[in-house]
Amino acid sequence: MSDSQLLPTGQKKINHLEMIEISKFFPGVIANNRVNFDVKAGEVHALLGENGAGKSTLMKVLYGLYPPEEGAIKLDGEQVVIGSPVDSIGLGIGMIHQHFMLVESLTVAENVALGLASTRGPLTDLDIVSQRIQELSEIYGLQVDPKALIWQLSVGQQQRVEIIKALYRGAALLILDEPTAVLTPQEVDEFFLTMRKMMDDGHALIFISHKLHEVLDISHRISVLRDGHMIGTIPVEGATKEKLAEMMVGREIGLKKERVSNEKSEKKLILKNISAQSDRGTPALKGIDLEVYSGEILGVAGVSGNGQKELAEVITGLRNVTSGQVVLEDEDVTGLSPKELINRSLSYIPEERMRDGMIKEFTVAENLILREYDQLPFANNGFLNLKNISTHSDEMIKSFNVKTPSQETTVKSLSGGNIQKLVLARELFRKPRTLIAAQPTRGLDIGAMEYVHLRLLEQREEGTATILISEDLDEILALSDRIAVIFEGEIMGIIDREEATTERLGLMMAGVVE
Amino acid sequence: MEKWLRSESVSKLADALLPVFAALAALAVGALMLLVLGANPFEAFGALLDGAFGSANSLADTVVKATPLLLIGLGICISFRGNVINIGGEGQMIIGALLATALGLAFPDWPGIVMIPLAMLAGFVGGAFWGGIPGALKAYFNVNEILSTIMMNAIAVQLMNFLLSGPMIDPVQAAKASQIPQTARLSTSFDLPRLIPTRLHLGAGIAVLLAILVYILLWRTTIGYRIRAVGQNRFASRYAGIDVKRQIVLALLLSGAFAGLAGAIQVFGINHRMITDGSATGFTGNAGFNGIVAALFGQLNPIGTIPAAFFFGALLVGANKLQRVMQVPSALITTINGLVVVFVVSSEKWRKTREQKRLTDMMAEIDGDPPPNPEKAVKEVGS
Ligand SMILES: Nc1ncnc2c1ncn2[C@@H]1O[C@H](COP(=O)(O)OP(=O)(O)OP(=O)(O)O)[C@@H](O)[C@H]1O
Ligand SMILES: [Mg+2]
Repeated sequence: MSDSQLLPTGQKKINHLEMIEISKFFPGVIANNRVNFDVKAGEVHALLGENGAGKSTLMKVLYGLYPPEEGAIKLDGEQVVIGSPVDSIGLGIGMIHQHFMLVESLTVAENVALGLASTRGPLTDLDIVSQRIQELSEIYGLQVDPKALIWQLSVGQQQRVEIIKALYRGAALLILDEPTAVLTPQEVDEFFLTMRKMMDDGHALIFISHKLHEVLDISHRISVLRDGHMIGTIPVEGATKEKLAEMMVGREIGLKKERVSNEKSEKKLILKNISAQSDRGTPALKGIDLEVYSGEILGVAGVSGNGQKELAEVITGLRNVTSGQVVLEDEDVTGLSPKELINRSLSYIPEERMRDGMIKEFTVAENLILREYDQLPFANNGFLNLKNISTHSDEMIKSFNVKTPSQETTVKSLSGGNIQKLVLARELFRKPRTLIAAQPTRGLDIGAMEYVHLRLLEQREEGTATILISEDLDEILALSDRIAVIFEGEIMGIIDREEATTERLGLMMAGVVE
Repeated sequence: MEKWLRSESVSKLADALLPVFAALAALAVGALMLLVLGANPFEAFGALLDGAFGSANSLADTVVKATPLLLIGLGICISFRGNVINIGGEGQMIIGALLATALGLAFPDWPGIVMIPLAMLAGFVGGAFWGGIPGALKAYFNVNEILSTIMMNAIAVQLMNFLLSGPMIDPVQAAKASQIPQTARLSTSFDLPRLIPTRLHLGAGIAVLLAILVYILLWRTTIGYRIRAVGQNRFASRYAGIDVKRQIVLALLLSGAFAGLAGAIQVFGINHRMITDGSATGFTGNAGFNGIVAALFGQLNPIGTIPAAFFFGALLVGANKLQRVMQVPSALITTINGLVVVFVVSSEKWRKTREQKRLTDMMAEIDGDPPPNPEKAVKEVGS
């Protein structure tokens, strides 16, 4: 670590930032209860906790998005008031959100310059911005072309833009809220290189993740929140996954379910030579052939953006095919409406939960009937049966352990992981005969993730045919019977799980034909 | 903890009362104008209150004025909840009235008990038709409904002027040189029953009953669930198996139907014939627009729209009295009315922006889905 008080970006270091006795309340929830947290220059401080533990809330208090009910923030020993992100940016605090707040149709440089007016005067010269982006990307190995349009970039590249944007604004302390959730394993490695470089230079980094191996890999200290309380802060030395999990959950976890071998029986879902276009009108699926048996989980591995979304939408009736045929339970269902497919006991866990899977202004209860709002027992003769809806919600909230003040709470005020749990609860609870699950455990804490795996395996034993679309190879390997690898809209190959290794899958995902 | 509880509910209450404060602020500006004109604002507002509530008759007039506002407001609750902006209340009201009147004129001998419900139904259907057209244009041809509903208003006025001065003209007028464009008076047996010996008629009761029904429709039926779902999130609605286009048509159709009913009630309860001065306002009294404000004032809740419509009815009736007593130019009354509209609409907009901001801040993370972009949302609905 260099001893200079300046970072290579020219920004002054934040030697020590302390959050003292921070409390933040929401209607019916104590999101943070007298929480103490601190981070120092040159360290990565990981923040762990179950879904809804209050991690994001604490960070949003630090970034100035929420005023705390009580508590103080000290920067290098001096108390500071952070009333808005303008204040926190001014103090050298930056935040990277999990999904990015970039304008798709603008270039990298324009995105970085966007919103600077308030701090740097009305005129921003894009050439100067580009030059500075080059400098920053050289320092931290964040390769991006300032002139590239955002929509042309991969998720990993977009994340780099977000980091550059924060550094450009003079961040000496970076809050990284679940940055790795959307990255492929390779991208995570690159991302960690950047993090290490920043940390060596004296940046202070706060890192939120549900993946314990990542946390153990990169952090110096680890803090655990549970139900809004700070359970403790421990150095990484001596920390183990088991210990962390226990701190998070308050008990030992170990619901790992043994996979039993399962006789595959009849073919449930057959895709014949399916082609379809993306939203932009470019070919997204090019002649896909797949078969899924009942009682089987077919993993679809691949770097996101290679046609997975289109594949799921074609099967669920949300996207038209340009050619080919979808056969479900011996019936040609090509071109049927989503409704008709719902009625054929097809469930779908969409990847973009907030856009496709939830109506965020609706209540928890209303969202839990989204797919069957007009069917018994939720509705009869066009009238909603509020009593049944409410009983049903309570049951689902309980069985999926969703943290919500009530079933009347609007979904927009739940934590990310809890929103995901609602989607899962709705799609799994009805015991579908066919299930399309896209990134089902993204953003879930370990306990919830294991629970979902358990449920998927249970469904499998009961004969559900499942397509599991995931970027997480561990998940694919843990659950699938067979694994198909998708690359640029084509299936590169289908292998049995016994023959699959991370390396082999990794190569296929990169487009190497066997 | 307690402090927070209080501040939370206080801010909720503040949101609910915001339109009331906005209206008061508008009246305060109105008072200033009165001062400038040399009138005593206290006396003026005294007159206004007296005019609106001073006697059984004036109270009845207030309710009568509020009735079309409430009906149109109910339609607005439906369409705005479905994220469809219906500016066509004026035209829909006219078409509903024309159809109901034509029916009444065609069968003057039918008993009232048969004709009145049928005429109301005709109003409902006429308005639904006139609202359904822009609905279908929006859903299937991506035509902006704000523009198309406004254009449909213009067409409706021309249609009314044409029919009242030709095919539907009062035979008495047709024989005269003056040829006032109006229909014959409807049979007196078709007059909506009076509730008490004032101008208060059955229409007000119908409107209040319908407010309750619309509330049930929106929050207790699958139709309402669908309309609200589409209004909030088109993508998730599709995922839910909802036919998005059909809901857009339905939202505008229902919205128009309530305006059409307001038109029929206006004729059968008050005017008993249709007459035109060439403008839409001559018949509607701007109810098509004021109804929107009433609904916003009632926060797009059918039950909340009841007092909101009453408030605007009072303002309209009271303003007449104010003008008579204080001898101020009638333009001033229009101005005060307009001020209330501007203030209420802006306060609603402000409330939305604050809510949006709160939401955006929150969404900044909610594991991180991008913040909702209101402009984009509007565009998406259109596509
Ligand atoms: N804006 C809000 N309004 C109401 N409640 C909120 C709001 N934001 C968060 N909460 C509640 O505060 C609690 C903590 O949420 P937070 O988002 O901090 O959890 P988290 O630890 O980030 O969880 P996850 O791992 O699922 O992202 C949750 O119970 C959530 O429902
Ligand atoms: Mg979070």
